[in-house]
Amino acid sequence: MATQTMTAGAAGEAHAAHAEQTFWQRYVFSTDHKTIAMQYLFTGMAMAVLGGFFSYVFRMQMAYPGAEVPFWGIVTPAAYNTLITNHGAIMIFWVAMPVLIAAFGNYLIPLMLGCDDMVFPRLNRLSYQIFLLSVLVLFSSFFVKGGGFGGAWTVYPPLSSKAEYNLTPGGSTIFLIAVALEFVAFLMGGINFITTAMNSRAPGMKMYDIPMVVWTIVLASILFMGSVGPLVAGAVMLIFDQTIGTAFFDPNRGGDPILWQHLFWFFGHPEVYVVLLPALGIVAEIITVFSRKKLFAYRTAIYVAIATCVLSFTVWAHHQFIAGIDPRMANIFTVTTLLISVPVAQMMLVYIATLYGGSITFTTPMLWALGFIATFLLGGVTGIFLGTAGSDIYFHDTYFVLAHFHYTFYPIAIIGSFAGFTFWFPKMFGRMLNETLGKIHFWVTITAFSGTFLPLFVTGILGDNRRIPDHRIYPELDTPMLNGLREFATISMVIMLLVQFVFVFNVVWSLRRGKKAGKNPWKANTLEWTADSPPPHGNWKDLPRVYRGPYEYSVPGRSEDYWPQDVPN
Amino acid sequence: MIAKYLVAASTSAGKIDFIIEVIFWVVIVFWFVLAEATFFWFLLRFRKRDGVPARYITGEKASERRWIVVVPGLVLLCDLAIMGLDGPVWYEVKQSLPAAQQTVRIVGQQWAWSFVHPGPDGRLDTADDIKTVDDLHVQVNTRYHFKLVSRDVLHSFSVPVFRLKQDAIPGRVITGWFEPTTTGTFDIQCVEICGVGHGLMPARIIIETPEQHAAWMTGRAAGRIALASAAPLAGD
Repeated sequence: MATQTMTAGAAGEAHAAHAEQTFWQRYVFSTDHKTIAMQYLFTGMAMAVLGGFFSYVFRMQMAYPGAEVPFWGIVTPAAYNTLITNHGAIMIFWVAMPVLIAAFGNYLIPLMLGCDDMVFPRLNRLSYQIFLLSVLVLFSSFFVKGGGFGGAWTVYPPLSSKAEYNLTPGGSTIFLIAVALEFVAFLMGGINFITTAMNSRAPGMKMYDIPMVVWTIVLASILFMGSVGPLVAGAVMLIFDQTIGTAFFDPNRGGDPILWQHLFWFFGHPEVYVVLLPALGIVAEIITVFSRKKLFAYRTAIYVAIATCVLSFTVWAHHQFIAGIDPRMANIFTVTTLLISVPVAQMMLVYIATLYGGSITFTTPMLWALGFIATFLLGGVTGIFLGTAGSDIYFHDTYFVLAHFHYTFYPIAIIGSFAGFTFWFPKMFGRMLNETLGKIHFWVTITAFSGTFLPLFVTGILGDNRRIPDHRIYPELDTPMLNGLREFATISMVIMLLVQFVFVFNVVWSLRRGKKAGKNPWKANTLEWTADSPPPHGNWKDLPRVYRGPYEYSVPGRSEDYWPQDVPN
Repeated sequence: MIAKYLVAASTSAGKIDFIIEVIFWVVIVFWFVLAEATFFWFLLRFRKRDGVPARYITGEKASERRWIVVVPGLVLLCDLAIMGLDGPVWYEVKQSLPAAQQTVRIVGQQWAWSFVHPGPDGRLDTADDIKTVDDLHVQVNTRYHFKLVSRDVLHSFSVPVFRLKQDAIPGRVITGWFEPTTTGTFDIQCVEICGVGHGLMPARIIIETPEQHAAWMTGRAAGRIALASAAPLAGD
């Protein structure tokens, strides 16, 4: 892109300020948490483009089976499987995780805690390096003999463990290695987040003065560290099954394929909350600022988030009700799964109650945050149909499940990320985004998103089963109504992808022409808004001191409706 | 609700539809609509107006905090009610195994369903078994056990009109049951990804009256005899 100019600029500045910082040190191998955050952010966004393109290709196949898809061609069954598998894996492991946890975590934690960097900057550096390696490893899996892995992102053996079944001898192993590397990267990042939050808070900042988004990212990191171990072990066992002939998951030789499902979902379900929590935190920051309100019951909300984390360890087998586990187990997991609706409902109530009595302005970041609440509610309530064992017998592995988790993951990974990005863009780049373009982007995206997944709830209720390239071979599923709904979903989805060009244009234009942001354009309280925009290396000349909690908005008796954390009484 | 669009063709289907309907009314029509309505009402009511500052509410006082205690308490009650209704249905469909009148074997493999029906003697694994690919013939109002096996990878046997689904696992025989209540021909799906041909595993379940079923069985038996007598000729 602008490598040449950046090199020249960086070199010039380096001479002026710190002669020891070369271009490579400053932009490529930097240990600055903000640079690492940007690397995670833009890598994650690039992966989102790839994951989005994959979904475009297979959605076209769903709506127009057998037709040639523009920019792709005919979608073969093998390609279809590879596309859906990697769409899922990319969107969760290479988009939601790097953007929500790594990018926002790296950017915000030191700035919101009032310190100059992470406690382990080099470990942080290594974390991104390994993450990038995992991306390259994943890419390489598409180009080996047999092509990329196509056994779904859940990688269930024996399909995933034997080449004669999956027909992707190289792809299936490389896929697992890529996922395992990604986990290693996030373990390093997580250690950093937790340690930094424990040790590097600004003087005066007590636990109850920490902004919600830092709490949620740290809790998500703890949750990730607690749940990922079994899956890493499982991944190594599966790689051994594939390559050196062990039989951990091979029923013909004493193994058990169900074991993998337990290891996978013991991680896989907490993972939902690993990405949900940062998004909840981002939304909390935004709605308090734009309703000029204190977060309702902030302390309780922290404990609710912790309770959600604990409960999330106990629900995994609701993915396996009909998988051949002892049916008596389903009763236990129905209870735990339905119970988790209580803390999640509390969290939603905290947000809705925060709006009560507010003075709400509908800026672009606020629209995204509110859009998160409006859409995530539907994702949440539809989960009850699936957590209840009896109704799950019918809904399991239908498009109802798919629509449900897209109504949770899309608000989390896409809406939540846009909320955070548009909110902190002025801090990250020193300029404001264009509001009109931002609002066009928001309204078209959220409408097209609903147009994509609401029809898929219906096709699921009427029996559409998952991961089928062409439903018309099933007489019951080849009806004008179902075909129409599939086509409607695809058209909406294409519109949703196309409108992202408005976003890209807005970012590029605003970076050059946007209004200068100043330190605190939103009149927010938290510490990152006291640093320059963008903050320099080291963040502050004099590190801030904290005198109060993060949400003291509209305090009676003050002339201004905000009260930054670092302003003495 | 679902039955309007997709026949409920087994004794369990209606019960599962009932659970779905209860959840729909409690969770979607009540909770979801209530939450969204409150949310949008607050957005409208508390939008920024000149000269009206936001109120300072901490939510930490007991009188305020009850909103996030009492309401989730009601959510919990609804959860308990759903669990209470669901337990017996799950028990009946998946945990209990009422005595069978007939037993069939269902075999999943890459990429077809094949079925072993007991022949006229009514018993599996005898010489008169009838083996088919892609067509499962059953008799209406008869309680069936199925023995579900897989030859290679995971598959999942699904009959949407029965609201029935069960994964097949290589190395294991999973026994379940169903009792058809309506005659007709319906879809059997594979709902667990099983490789490149996962989309090519449609099969059909043919639910017949006792007379039709007997006629089908006789026809198959006749076919077998014809084949057997033709075999030496083919050998020449």
